[in-house]
Amino acid sequence: MKNDLILRVIAKLLIPFILLFALYVQFHGDFGPGGGFQAGVILAAAVIFYALIYGLADARKVVPEPLVESMMAIGVLIYAGVGVAGLLLGGNYLDYFVLDPNPVRGQHRGIFWVEVGVATTVSGVMLKIFYMFADRGKVDEE
Amino acid sequence: MTGATTSMTLGSHFTYFITIFLMVAGLFIVISRPNLIKKLIGLGIFQTSVYLLYIAPAKLIGGTAPILSNAFTVYSNPLPHVLILTAIVVGVATLALGLALVVRIREAYDTIEEDDILARDSNAEDNGNAT
Amino acid sequence: MSMMAVSVLVIIRSRNLFGVIVLSGIYSFLMATVLVAMDAVDVAMTEAAVGAGISTVLLLGALYLCKSEEAHPPKKPFLPLLVSMSVGGMLVYGTLGLPEFSDPQAPIHVHVVPRYLNEMKQEVDVPNVVTAVLASYRGFDTLGETTVVFTAGAGVVALLRRRRKGRKP
Repeated sequence: MKNDLILRVIAKLLIPFILLFALYVQFHGDFGPGGGFQAGVILAAAVIFYALIYGLADARKVVPEPLVESMMAIGVLIYAGVGVAGLLLGGNYLDYFVLDPNPVRGQHRGIFWVEVGVATTVSGVMLKIFYMFADRGKVDEE
Repeated sequence: MTGATTSMTLGSHFTYFITIFLMVAGLFIVISRPNLIKKLIGLGIFQTSVYLLYIAPAKLIGGTAPILSNAFTVYSNPLPHVLILTAIVVGVATLALGLALVVRIREAYDTIEEDDILARDSNAEDNGNAT
Repeated sequence: MSMMAVSVLVIIRSRNLFGVIVLSGIYSFLMATVLVAMDAVDVAMTEAAVGAGISTVLLLGALYLCKSEEAHPPKKPFLPLLVSMSVGGMLVYGTLGLPEFSDPQAPIHVHVVPRYLNEMKQEVDVPNVVTAVLASYRGFDTLGETTVVFTAGAGVVALLRRRRKGRKP
């Protein structure tokens, strides 16, 4: 599909907006609908769109496999890390109000980092699964 | 008098009836179609009907989406939304694993029809335990 | 909602797998619309992104890998039809005892939720109640769910990984 002019142009126009929308949904999850899951899925959808139009090799150059694999694990670690931080600062596991002298600000911080962790894991897993499915077909053709 | 209350109950339970229809349809696809991918799609339909089953009782007529603001006082119940959000993501994870299994089955048996797979397995057992 | 029922009926009857997958994408979009009508905006966004987007892409990928033709014509499905109908009958009998649609006194509205809605300002001060409950009040569930997603990814990697030496296909 790389040679089709209309698809290439539309993809180049749309993909930055989709990425921006994913970031918007992530960070405005507090004030409107949204949050970690939706942002992760939209981010993965943007990269899948790029891979569909420009080919798997180009997508692999932009988002290499080791990055995706580490994103999968780092998200869960961030989430667990917030919990451990709550432990170290004196509260129970996953207590947010100890993270900051003002307990409400502590909740905000905790929710922010937790959502970042969730979005990272979800986008990494969706992208990795897509890479695996697409890769399986490619090796058969060689 | 009983007729009036029955029809009122039927009207207000319309969402439940649609949910039950979707649930039964999903169940029917899973147990009666031999194609594995169609079974997975039927499972997905079953899961979405369960989402509807949870979210329909949460709505209050005249309420609004559960985002706190000074302009509204009545909100729809946010607790099922949280549960279903988790359920949707877990559902897609299950679908991905199921599809990976189907791909491997296809490579091993060269078919994804359940009857052919069972026949091939029983043939392999009859011809002496070689698999 | 009736359109969802119609699309499901077509999915049951149809044999061409590609058409079935596209119809399931349409079904997910209709479901997202119904969810918006039920005031569940977060859930609708997730269902639209996940059900109509990722799900359709994965199904199409699997269909391409399986290279399967149309499904075989089924035998007359009497027993499954009977089982489904009886399950449906039992479910209808069960839902007659459920509370009316949009009843403010139903137990679901009375027990825990007023505390969430009323104390949200002092304790957490995040306007989106769903995000606050998901990340703060019920944070352990979200931790488990993130782990489940990670496990699914690890499982797919374990199933579909290719070794570099020549394996038998």
